[in-house]
Amino acid sequence: MMQKLAELTKLDGLSGNEQDVRKYIIQNLADKSLEHYTDNIGNLIVKGKTDGSSNLKVMVAAHMDEVGLMVNYITDDGKLKFSTVGGIDSRILIGQHVRVGKDKIPGVIGYKSIHLQDKNERESVVKLKSLYIDIAAKDRENAEELVKTGDYVAFDSEPVFFGENKIKAKALDDRAGCAVIMELLNEVWPFELYACFTVQEEIGLRGALVAANRVKPDVGIVLEGTTCADVPKVKEHEVSTVMGKGPSISFADRASIADRELLMHFFKTAEKEGIPYQWKTTTTGGNDAGKIQTSGAGVKTLVVSVPCRYIHSPVSVLDLNDLKNMLNLVSKALHTLPEALGR
Amino acid sequence: MITLLRELTGAYGPSSREEEIRNTIERKISPNVDDIYTDALGNLIAVKKGSGNGKRIMLAAHMDEIGLVASYIDEKGFIRISNIGGINPYVAVGQRVQFHNGITGCVCYEENITDFKDLKLDRMYIDIGTQRREITLDCIMPGDIAVFCGEAIEQNGKFISKALDDRIGCAILIELIETLKDCPNEVVFVFTVQEEVGLRGAGPAAFSIKPDLAVAVDVTGTGDTPECKPLALQLGKGPAVMIKDNRTISHPMVKNALIECARKNNIPYQLEVMSVGGNDAGTIHTAAGGIPAGAVSIPCRYLHRPCEMVDKNDALNAVKLLNAFVMSPMA
Repeated sequence: MMQKLAELTKLDGLSGNEQDVRKYIIQNLADKSLEHYTDNIGNLIVKGKTDGSSNLKVMVAAHMDEVGLMVNYITDDGKLKFSTVGGIDSRILIGQHVRVGKDKIPGVIGYKSIHLQDKNERESVVKLKSLYIDIAAKDRENAEELVKTGDYVAFDSEPVFFGENKIKAKALDDRAGCAVIMELLNEVWPFELYACFTVQEEIGLRGALVAANRVKPDVGIVLEGTTCADVPKVKEHEVSTVMGKGPSISFADRASIADRELLMHFFKTAEKEGIPYQWKTTTTGGNDAGKIQTSGAGVKTLVVSVPCRYIHSPVSVLDLNDLKNMLNLVSKALHTLPEALGR
Repeated sequence: MITLLRELTGAYGPSSREEEIRNTIERKISPNVDDIYTDALGNLIAVKKGSGNGKRIMLAAHMDEIGLVASYIDEKGFIRISNIGGINPYVAVGQRVQFHNGITGCVCYEENITDFKDLKLDRMYIDIGTQRREITLDCIMPGDIAVFCGEAIEQNGKFISKALDDRIGCAILIELIETLKDCPNEVVFVFTVQEEVGLRGAGPAAFSIKPDLAVAVDVTGTGDTPECKPLALQLGKGPAVMIKDNRTISHPMVKNALIECARKNNIPYQLEVMSVGGNDAGTIHTAAGGIPAGAVSIPCRYLHRPCEMVDKNDALNAVKLLNAFVMSPMA
């Protein structure tokens, strides 16, 4: 799973441009006989193996897309202006390596040198509109030979294993969830399992709604990478999650509230099996569960996440033990789900 | 109505934890409906069959109330909180709140806040009188939700209580269920979940019911208190027929039928035009290929506070108005 995760993060798959990730997942499914299809919006839906002992239909979702940038204007002197795809803090952008478009043209994100910034500029948050991508083009004409407006821009950040069981990479949100679901597909389930690798989560949970309306599940489990602010000067009740303490279970965020039965079942499973877990202590943000929950005639949902420090940046960090424990928790809880729900 | 209201507002039921209020309502209405069931999200759906070839009308009132969710329990046993639904920190300060199991706490704030502009829920907490994390965890776990305390009373022709938003709507539908006889249309009464967190229950309910038209019954703000923002709604001037709010523009067919019913039956009514807020009609009218929808709103002062106030006659007139509406033959 670790190697797959690292490889998944190397792929560029900004919202609306997830095909490389989708292709990788299809090619690397351990069981080639699994039925799968790609829907009209680009979601990859893989049907897991089932022994048919329960009539429950379970959707497990992780999003393939990642945050990044898009070229929206090329200046006379060949610099690329851009807008964001998904939520990005402009402060993390200065000095980043990026790759632009299909041909992955290398670039760096520039800003005027500190010597030229006035007091106000030095003391306030840099505005996106004052940043640009430098691909070392001489002028607009030269730049247009290499890139065009509408090109996606991905962070250029190779995965690195470091410290004790940690990985640094871009796009851990949510290739981590994708990697876990790929493992879940190696098992035989008592119910119909639909593994949904969704698109366009980062720009408004758009793929998940389409997938959920197609699959029409009874239960939706969303596997995410989530905020982890266990860093200096953050109060303990505001850290959201703590790295190394296990996967987090969300009771609520801005897009969904956990189904009580599912929440208690996962909680009890973790306690019973001695699997480390934590409650996510903040209720900010939202994810695919928001759209799955209100799809069709309504779906019971739960979100389980792996803590990711510096999320939505090229240097996200996660603890691989958290990821293993997430797989373990989700697997154990799902196998006993029919019993827990009386199905 | 006060006896019913006291029971309804006293039932615990923040968004996503509606079991108790749902059971309370189910007990009351099941003898008087033809079919009753709870869907995946917890919406309580009760059907009164029509006597002819009428339409299927969905009436929705939400069961859930706002609350404070326990997000973290610190070493000393204090409970850190986040909001479930719209809770103003200024309103929450100093309130007595209660969890599902009866555990009661006070909502307090970090004492080093000197300017109330800095008052945010993440600098506030609930104190249930324990000294250690372990003791708090014996009765409260993260994810548990506390609601305001504030028993229902009737005084000077007004009802005052916590959770009148929208237990007054639930009470109106319950009264209607009891009085409705020989209706030409099929009426599907839906007591919805999770309205306060984004109208999440009503859409899926409408998707499965696929009514011909729908009316949400909820509360709305007023413009009749000292130095308040101008708003053409007052307590005691009748239920309001919604023209628009921030989530819905009422379907003309529904809106006009409601107004006509009020006029014909000499029921006082007001017109509601809001630029903020929304009710269940917001997710109903875009569900299942589109459903003509509107709302009957009960003017309510002090929304989302433990002392919400509505006029008794507005509520009784809403029952009359909805009765006339569902009894009318729909073309």
